[in-house]
Amino acid sequence: MGTTTMNETNQAQASFGGVAARSAAALNQSRISIRNLDFYYGSNKALKGINLDIPDRQVTGMIGPSGCGKSTLLRVLNRMYDLYPGQRATGEAILDGQNIVGKDTDLNALRARIGMVFQKPTPFPMTIYDNIAFGVRLHERLNKAEMDERVEWSISRAALWTEVKDRLNTSAMGLSGGQQQRLCIARTIAVRPDVILFDEPTSALDPISTLKIEELIDELKSDFTIVIVTHNMQQAARCADQVAFFYIGELVEVGPAAQMFTAPKERRTQEYITGRFG
Amino acid sequence: MSATAIGAVGPSKDQRVSKSLGRRRKLSNRIVSVLCVLATVIGLVFLASILFTLFWLGFNGLSLTVFTTSTLPPGSNGGLLNAIIGSLIQTAIGTAIGTPIGLMVGTYLAEYAQGSAVGNAVRFVSDVLLSAPSILIGLFVYELMVSPWGAFSGLAGSVALAVIVIPIVVRTTEDMLRLIPVSLREAAVALGAPKWLVITKICYRAAKDGIMTGILLAVARIAGETAPLLFTSLGNLNWSLNLGKPMASLPVTIYQYAGSAFQDWVQLAWAGALLITVGVLALNILARLLLRGGK
Repeated sequence: MGTTTMNETNQAQASFGGVAARSAAALNQSRISIRNLDFYYGSNKALKGINLDIPDRQVTGMIGPSGCGKSTLLRVLNRMYDLYPGQRATGEAILDGQNIVGKDTDLNALRARIGMVFQKPTPFPMTIYDNIAFGVRLHERLNKAEMDERVEWSISRAALWTEVKDRLNTSAMGLSGGQQQRLCIARTIAVRPDVILFDEPTSALDPISTLKIEELIDELKSDFTIVIVTHNMQQAARCADQVAFFYIGELVEVGPAAQMFTAPKERRTQEYITGRFG
Repeated sequence: MSATAIGAVGPSKDQRVSKSLGRRRKLSNRIVSVLCVLATVIGLVFLASILFTLFWLGFNGLSLTVFTTSTLPPGSNGGLLNAIIGSLIQTAIGTAIGTPIGLMVGTYLAEYAQGSAVGNAVRFVSDVLLSAPSILIGLFVYELMVSPWGAFSGLAGSVALAVIVIPIVVRTTEDMLRLIPVSLREAAVALGAPKWLVITKICYRAAKDGIMTGILLAVARIAGETAPLLFTSLGNLNWSLNLGKPMASLPVTIYQYAGSAFQDWVQLAWAGALLITVGVLALNILARLLLRGGK
């Protein structure tokens, strides 16, 4: 549970809707620096001048009403929008000195460094083992033993190993929804990315599976920088160290989770988190 | 009843009107359903009589010699061996040529040509080809291969059948690839997979059952085609496996034998027709099973 890690920190705890939000502990240094980022669907400007620092090895939660641009921003970070003609981004999103939205970015290499987990579980129509190995084989040449090791490592990190270790060679389609989602997380970390993007990863899952995924996210942030889009404010309070609130394409406010949920500076943030709109 | 329901709301006068309306509606309902059943019965009677005649006469003509002896002159107890083998060879080669082409065109249409003018043109041409009279395809290959080489050949027959296979496989491949959810493609792309790998490793695998069904239906279709073979592989009364020479096939042999004046030839034609029907039926059932197994 997130509570245990929170108790380890000495800072004051703040509560949001009965959920203890993360303390206002200092955020780590920035891993991705987004500067003056605009995004267009055709001629429709969906993101307006976004400036946001994503702290290293911490969880950044992005909240806001539907259509506010939070998922759009997530899909900018791994250039998913490149699949669709007519969508484009301008500005900067710097990862290790390199502009993600720049013209000369190697997309496949970028996506190996910035993985993504989607709203609905998307297992590939192949065995559990091959689901993991597919992504690894794209970027590395491993022998059988190394691959076995990587598969076990990633599935274990996704808290799925004991459930599937005896049926690695059966189809992944036979897993439950929650297991499929953890397999998708395992598949993503098997490539050993620096950053993992979660796009409403629990909106299709039951409460228990949701809890498992949230615990997992808390566990994963020791090694990975995490960005999560969520519609569930309690989830943001439980998981995120930093929270960013978006509204109609603008980043209204960003700050440590506890501050955002207890003492937001902006009126619109306050209204949204207290459920007055959205 | 609708009549009483309306009567409860309106005055008694309207109740009488609605009663008569209800009678009229019930009557027309009955007439329409009788007509529908009648149409179904007429259709089924014809189908059943065709199948019954086919099985009756076909089984009478069936014997071991049908499978062990080639076509022989009337009265000398011949079989259909050369026609069966010829059909198998030409169907196999036709499928082997047509499937990869159809697969690639279908992939192009679904994955690369979305909304483009070229893609729409290709799709239109493919659809026209799908419903083109098969004798035209026979004539086309005749001009392409038979006329220049000066000889009918089994290869020309196979190519004509391949031309029939292509649009069928194009259609099913495109339809099946389009059914794959965007989320599955995005998931593969998000791992850093280039487009061609997403198509070959993920999309083909997800669409496998549907595409296989399309291929099986194409095989079933060409196994029974006569017209495209008339001007291409011509038919051959002797045993021949030479693709450069005229080659026998079941449909063409049926065509030649069924119209002949010799009783034993006519009987062999029925036996051949039964073989094709059973073969096509088996392929169709297999295709259905595959499609259901995938769901």
